Amino acid sequence: MNEIMNNQSSTAATLRDNAGVAEVLGRSYSAGFITEIEMTGLPPGLNEETIRALSAIKREPEWMTEWRLEAYRHWLTMPKPDWAKLNIDPIDYQAISYYAAPKVAPKSLDEVDPILLETYEKLGIPLHERAALAGVAVDAVFDSVSVGTTFRKQLAEAGVLFCSMSEAIREYPEIVQKYLGSVVPTGDNFFAALNSAVFSDGSFVFIPKGVRCPMELSTYFRINAQNTGQFERTLIVAEEGAHVSYLEGCTAPKRDENQLHAAVVELVALEKAQIKYSTVQNWYPGDENGVGGIYNFVTKRGDCRGDDSKISWTQVETGSAITWKYPSVVLRGDRSVGEFYSVALTHHYQQADTGTKMIHLGKHTKSKIVSKGISAGRSSNSYRGLVKMEKGAEGARNYTQCDSLLIGKKCGAHTFPYMEVKNPSAIVEHEATTSKISDDQMFYCRSRGIPQEDAVSMIVDGFCKQVFRELPMEFAVEAKKLLEVSLEGAVG
Amino acid sequence: MLKIENLHARVEGKEILKGLSLEVNAGEVHAIMGPNGAGKSTLGNVLSGRDGYEVTAGTVTYNGIDLLALAPEERAAAGVFLAFQYPVEIPGVNNTYFLRAALNAQRKVRGEKELDSMQFLKLVREKLKVMQISDELLHRAVNEGFSGGEKKRNEIFQMAVLEPQLAILDETDSGLDIDALKQVAQGVNTLRSPQRAFLMITHYQRLLDYVVPDFVHVLADGRIVESGDKSLALKLEEHGYAGIGMSHPADPRRPGAVA
Repeated sequence: MNEIMNNQSSTAATLRDNAGVAEVLGRSYSAGFITEIEMTGLPPGLNEETIRALSAIKREPEWMTEWRLEAYRHWLTMPKPDWAKLNIDPIDYQAISYYAAPKVAPKSLDEVDPILLETYEKLGIPLHERAALAGVAVDAVFDSVSVGTTFRKQLAEAGVLFCSMSEAIREYPEIVQKYLGSVVPTGDNFFAALNSAVFSDGSFVFIPKGVRCPMELSTYFRINAQNTGQFERTLIVAEEGAHVSYLEGCTAPKRDENQLHAAVVELVALEKAQIKYSTVQNWYPGDENGVGGIYNFVTKRGDCRGDDSKISWTQVETGSAITWKYPSVVLRGDRSVGEFYSVALTHHYQQADTGTKMIHLGKHTKSKIVSKGISAGRSSNSYRGLVKMEKGAEGARNYTQCDSLLIGKKCGAHTFPYMEVKNPSAIVEHEATTSKISDDQMFYCRSRGIPQEDAVSMIVDGFCKQVFRELPMEFAVEAKKLLEVSLEGAVG
Repeated sequence: MLKIENLHARVEGKEILKGLSLEVNAGEVHAIMGPNGAGKSTLGNVLSGRDGYEVTAGTVTYNGIDLLALAPEERAAAGVFLAFQYPVEIPGVNNTYFLRAALNAQRKVRGEKELDSMQFLKLVREKLKVMQISDELLHRAVNEGFSGGEKKRNEIFQMAVLEPQLAILDETDSGLDIDALKQVAQGVNTLRSPQRAFLMITHYQRLLDYVVPDFVHVLADGRIVESGDKSLALKLEEHGYAGIGMSHPADPRRPGAVA
């Protein structure tokens, strides 16, 4: 039995104007400042020499250089993807600098340039361990390099390895070699191939067998330099029975040009391991006329390699001019569980094409998808998801819920759910709704004394509740605030 | 407290209120009765500032200020409360959170100190006790999945917490069974005070058995056509609105009237 369902539904937002919920005015992006710091880097341009030079700067072993070159050669043969519902201006890959770093390389946290510490302080990410958030270890990535990782010693005592990818390649080559590219192969897709060729830094996490990571781990990505792309690579491996919760945050200065961020994140969960990966993405979205902003083209995939393992993605996406991102889970182990909770908010001229893929291979595997899209201004917000039940996925189940909320009449929300079911015992459920903030809801709030903007935030917050409660506490608060800021001026 | 003079209002281009005048003093309970389409709910919506209701003539003075010049949230802060005929669901927003946001927003406008969660919880507990409402409603999202009776009770509970000066109840009795009606009525009676006025919009006499009004007005074709005490409501019950309408000549400008 081979049953393929391919269901597309598209809801254009030709709704009448909401009284009170009207046009876009302005929006403040508080992370938009530029850090003045002396930088070193590679000149713009991409060829085999650039890659060798990059690899040399990072003092990488030969195998790594070769791995990159192989990816690069593959990339040259690949067409750029154009299936997403996005309008992307052509990207000149020769105009991008593939490596930018503060000139003085710190050896430890104590030696980090005060200007950098100040930058992270301003972003609310203190890197001094004593000032840091209790129970959260941070790896701070500034342009192409990691500038510091907190709490490494405490983590090492528990057996947890948490450091920058560059260090991991030098210090734990056998682990890196074993797992790097094992979830997202170098030739997986256009941007993953590019990333494999030129990735600069990112975080590396290794939780050994039976260890529950004693604190939340987090990476804070900051793009600062001009004309630079950020190509980070993150690898998280949880061995048998290990548990880890990892958070990721991102910001960039306001600049008029678009900047490319093409990351790859790989997660590996062995038997009974659990990985929870949360993202609050707030890359610069461009201004109200759609000028500038980050192109966020990211490949994130988790592999539930062992039986009874679990991988959970939670994302709150408010930034970037264009988002192209589908955090996925390959449910290989029997009874493994994949989850995807997402809030994607677009405003002004932002475009997002985001969703997930759940690939069920093992028996009695389960996946759950909860996607909340919020569109305001003239933005376009698409959910694209694939649920695939392979032949061996006996008794597998999926539940998908896709809700879209429209604010104003010029935005669009679209849902593209794909389902492929090759095992007759598998069950796939899909529910989708599109709604707008109704005049009745607005009037109800206002008649109780709640001003318009607060009413919108409150209604949006309620709409996102299911996802927010999956986030670790501090992040949930941040995410809520972020949505409020992002919606500023969405009502007039 | 409230003085409405010669109020004319339109909805989607159609004139609904056609010269309505009414005066309400503090401490009074006024019942507004009338047939369907007479303009009862329009009156409530115009007073609380809903979009889409265009006032074409007349004035509304509330405590000496021009009520019509205020935004809905400003009217709320000034002490005007509308209990909705159809309370609105706000999925995912906790009822307690909503009410606290509302109260604090009002207090802020009035220059009063906002209540923290402990102070607010204390207030809520007091009100629950007085209103004899179970605290189960507090933990749910605003009106989401509430039964008709629960929604109406929630409106009365909100009123108890927000302590308005002028409460407009828009068909709060509709769709309630007798037990729920009694409960709602008891809530309203608890809140009656010399400082507070009520405008109760209703179709039926039965609410007035439990909340005895000081004045009863009959609203027909956009105007108050008759006013009296509670006995007027009983008369209506007996003779219907048709009997009342008879005592007034038809307005030649009324749509449908033969010119």
